[in-house]
Amino acid sequence: MSIKKSPWIIHYDGSSCNGCDIEVLACLTPLYDIERFGIINVGNPKHADILLITGGVNQQNKTVIKNLYDQMAEPKAVVAIGACACTGHFFAECYNMLGGVDTVIPVDVFVPGCAARPEVIIDGVVKALAVLEKKQQEKVTA
Amino acid sequence: MAKRTIVPFGPQHPVLPEPIHLDLVLEDEMVVDVLPSVGFIHRGLELLCQKKSFQDMVFVAERICGICSFIHGVGYCQGIEKVMNLDIPKRAQFLRVFWGELSRVHSHLLWLGLAADAIGFESLFMHSWRVREKVLAIFEETTGGRVIFGAAKVGGVRIDISQDKLDQLAIALDEIQKEYEPLAKVFLEDYTVQHRWSEVGYLSKEDAHQLGAVGPTARASGLPQDMRKLRYGAYEDLEVEPIVETAGDCYARCVVRVKEIYQSLDLMRRVIHKIPAGEIETKVTGFPQGEYFSRVEQPRGEVVYYVKGNGTKFLDRFRVRTPTFANIPPLLQMLKGCTLADVPAIVLSIDPCISCTER
Repeated sequence: MSIKKSPWIIHYDGSSCNGCDIEVLACLTPLYDIERFGIINVGNPKHADILLITGGVNQQNKTVIKNLYDQMAEPKAVVAIGACACTGHFFAECYNMLGGVDTVIPVDVFVPGCAARPEVIIDGVVKALAVLEKKQQEKVTA
Repeated sequence: MAKRTIVPFGPQHPVLPEPIHLDLVLEDEMVVDVLPSVGFIHRGLELLCQKKSFQDMVFVAERICGICSFIHGVGYCQGIEKVMNLDIPKRAQFLRVFWGELSRVHSHLLWLGLAADAIGFESLFMHSWRVREKVLAIFEETTGGRVIFGAAKVGGVRIDISQDKLDQLAIALDEIQKEYEPLAKVFLEDYTVQHRWSEVGYLSKEDAHQLGAVGPTARASGLPQDMRKLRYGAYEDLEVEPIVETAGDCYARCVVRVKEIYQSLDLMRRVIHKIPAGEIETKVTGFPQGEYFSRVEQPRGEVVYYVKGNGTKFLDRFRVRTPTFANIPPLLQMLKGCTLADVPAIVLSIDPCISCTER
């Protein structure tokens, strides 16, 4: 299946501190270079298969995240990157935060760490590939 | 008068790793007005000071921003230390400068990469980030973390670097400089880079002063403003001369950053040369009582911390004025009169850090 060979990702910064964002970008650069596996970072949600979200959800960005998710074509997977995206981290106590990404959209893979290291992020994306394949098969059989 | 159109820019935009939203008011291709709206990353972390003890707040301060994380921690610690009248050992102060300057190199290389990508130089982006990985390797060797490493604490630093290690690091810094030189040459000499950025996003010296620009944005417009001249911490023993350009355009802002990397590498070598032996922390007893404004120089400019203690382990108030927040009014000034195609390059030229701004 082609998606598995070359998944396209889109990255959105929820309310992250940038730490995980620059690690997501670091995955694209020569030391890790996920593009050699056919993984491409795109800016348009309609082109993307996997949504990478860093940071938790707050009042302002919950509609943005929901919009991005709704615009993506099926099958799609969501990877929550970093402690904030998983649970809200210590920002969960802040007045403006709703919590992890799973409070707004369904999340398939949770990647731990503060900041999450590039190796773990790549691992998370690889796990999301299996999810994509499963969703694709469900779509075919349905 | 041409018909006015409003084009939304962001919050999710390919050139921006972070969300900011600008409503660009256009007449044909020309930007005549800009309305920013922020708040997509607002977490409200300043109020956490009433829930976390003043020592735990260092970790929160470091997570204001992942790029300039260490200097945020240092700025906060410096505020608390002044309130509590703590005397910080010289070795700790030198180590703070070392990691701080290393953060500056990492942040500027990151910016150079993003800026190169924004003007279509994709391999230059890749090369900048390749060199940056070597800087991150030093962070990892010395502290165990790559971007957020929690080395600062109230009263000093958490980790020491042995003399052997420092000698090795001096060699590593030379290697970084050797690999960086060809990159810097492209940014400084390439015709396409100059052509793309020269006379784009002009900010005059008067505007920079009146609108309160800070950091490389101010220095590129001819204002020799650098908080390291306040000689806080170990900068007392290390002379720093601000790097100033006068053109005030995107290219000048790039040149300032390119040269600051050399300056920071040089500062780190001087730290390795001059660092005294001794303790790395003083014991902290009691609770902060009183208030202080702490000012330090981030890669993006001056950052101000206000801390107010009430004699308990929780602070009354913690306030941060970050450099990007100060640079937004100058940015709006630069954008007026530019064409729509130049907007991404100009927005990037102030090195926006939105998670700092919105906290």
